[in-house]
Amino acid sequence: MLQGIAFYFFSAVMIASALMVIAARNPVHSVLFLILAFFNAAALFVLLGAEFLAMILIVVYVGAVAVLFLFVVMMLDIDFVELRRGFMNYLPLGAVIGGLIFFELAFVMFVWTADPGAPLRPTPAGVTNTEALGRILYTDYIFYFQTAGLILLVAMIGAIVLTLRHRPDVRRQSISRQNARQPADAIEMRDVKPGQGS
Amino acid sequence: MMLRDLQVLTPEFMMAVGGMALLMLGVFAGEHSHRVLSRAAMVLLLITGVAVVVGQGVAAFGTALIVDEFARLIKLLVLGGAVLVLWMSEDFLERARIGRFEFPILVIFSVLGMMLMASAGDFLTLYLGLELQSLALYVLAAFDRDNVRSSEAGLKYFVLGALSSGMMLYGISLIYGFAGTTSFAGAAMSLEGGAASVGVIFGLVFLISGLAFKVSAVPFHMWTPDVYEGAPTPITAFFAASPKIAAMALFVRVMVEALPGAIDQWQQIIIFVSICSMVLGAFAAIGQNNIKRLMAYSSIANMGYVLVGLAAGTPEGVQGILIYLLIYLITNIGVFACILAMRRGDHQVETISDLSGLAQTRPGYAFVFAMLMFSLAGIPPLAGFFAKFYVFLAAVKAGLYPLAVIGVVASVVGAYYYLRIVKIIYFDEPAPVFEPKMGASLAAIVAASGIFTLFFILVASPLVNVAAAAAASLFP
Repeated sequence: MLQGIAFYFFSAVMIASALMVIAARNPVHSVLFLILAFFNAAALFVLLGAEFLAMILIVVYVGAVAVLFLFVVMMLDIDFVELRRGFMNYLPLGAVIGGLIFFELAFVMFVWTADPGAPLRPTPAGVTNTEALGRILYTDYIFYFQTAGLILLVAMIGAIVLTLRHRPDVRRQSISRQNARQPADAIEMRDVKPGQGS
Repeated sequence: MMLRDLQVLTPEFMMAVGGMALLMLGVFAGEHSHRVLSRAAMVLLLITGVAVVVGQGVAAFGTALIVDEFARLIKLLVLGGAVLVLWMSEDFLERARIGRFEFPILVIFSVLGMMLMASAGDFLTLYLGLELQSLALYVLAAFDRDNVRSSEAGLKYFVLGALSSGMMLYGISLIYGFAGTTSFAGAAMSLEGGAASVGVIFGLVFLISGLAFKVSAVPFHMWTPDVYEGAPTPITAFFAASPKIAAMALFVRVMVEALPGAIDQWQQIIIFVSICSMVLGAFAAIGQNNIKRLMAYSSIANMGYVLVGLAAGTPEGVQGILIYLLIYLITNIGVFACILAMRRGDHQVETISDLSGLAQTRPGYAFVFAMLMFSLAGIPPLAGFFAKFYVFLAAVKAGLYPLAVIGVVASVVGAYYYLRIVKIIYFDEPAPVFEPKMGASLAAIVAASGIFTLFFILVASPLVNVAAAAAASLFP
């Protein structure tokens, strides 16, 4: 009962915020609604008992992807009014693609059947799915896991190689110098006679 | 279990740990430690080579990695190519003011990716190895980041490479869906007997598209000339050498070990791709004026010839491929060392007309350059002739007469542009001399590759035996 209410609540909020993502006039609001949609999707995963996916969704999508979107929207000067101008021209194409995706989803929902013999809870009893995933990832798949780590290391090195520049003329903040600064170094008292200062 | 696996993986483990240690060293030693790190990386690669030779064991982590004779030979070729490229790049990078310590580190990690590719026994290893390799190469292509052409090369390579990875992943997912396993041996077993299903053939096509991109075979070759031209020359030499060899080894292993049941299907595709590569490589190179672009088309054509060996699908074919790759590696490194020596004062020149009359100003250099060109054209008794001979022989033995005939015709057409360079070097009016003379490392590499090309015939039979043993390890 309570689960049902929670499910309908989260789903309704998610659909509403997903609609607002494409309907909002201000792109920053769109991104914020997107984050709200992600949170609701994570809540739905928790209801399904897939808490690991819920956490990953929040960490990856909210923590990284959506914030990246937000940066792009706020930092880059994109004229969204200009982008929307061709809306009617692209409507037929968009409608065709949307229709196709809808058809495929309906196909999956009504035609595809799960094997009745397939276990509904593949995780071993008494173990949360996070723990079950961890056990398999750090034992059977340790080699793939470590190799993926090396790929990320290379990505990091690459980003630094291609973007880091040492500019000699940049004024960097030096906290120790700031803290060591005394009033005597910075302020000079001058005795200015009335009428002579300029 | 873990320890035994790591023992089998000693070379890869050494590369990974060594690469990270050198990275730390570079970070603490600062920007100008390039030369020291480059030397250290060469030592690391050589030690890894020794570990590959003395290593034992056949498989690690279940079927994730296979360490057979084939993998060992490919790893040695890849490591050798990387060492030579690091050696000849030192002076160039410093002159171009891009001598940063990340260069050898990225080379190490890309070589690690190639070693994993050579040993891949599972689609997951295949993908991870390929990505590790490619990601490092994208960065290397754009290494001269203040140069527009280099940035363009990196970006183009990255976008097209990501697209091809996506296609390949889609193909792998289809094969996994229909075979029910990601391991090559498992896939081969579940596809055994009966006609391959439509899903598997779909997956196969996407997989081949992705792999063909990595070896720059037509029709997935478009990135090659631009990337070769834009990337700094030593990095172009690296692109032409090690990654091609590793990708081709992966190609062979996937087709022979994972999909032997679908040979009728993939053979057709490989024959088509091979013919297109040979023909396009032969004709498109004719109009080129830039020597690096010319080498790009030459490498497309060469990959076409290598695929002839794969199309045969027999142990002889794989043996031909291995000999071809060895000769291709040494000839290409030699040619690129010659290209690196093409400079006047401070700047590098790259057009073919700059080579005019080289024979009168620098006779030794001109002789080796001409010899390498003759070898690429496939003139006996130079090494390049034997490379082509073995793959065409395998094709004929497998009954693929039309493919072999088209290959021979394409190589005759291709001979035109190689011989044109020889003619320019020997018979044209001398252009201004290249100054200063090539450094010791370049001279050693050029001389060594010249000697190998000339006297290959003397060492041919032991090398052919090694290649035959390696090829036999792929066919149980």
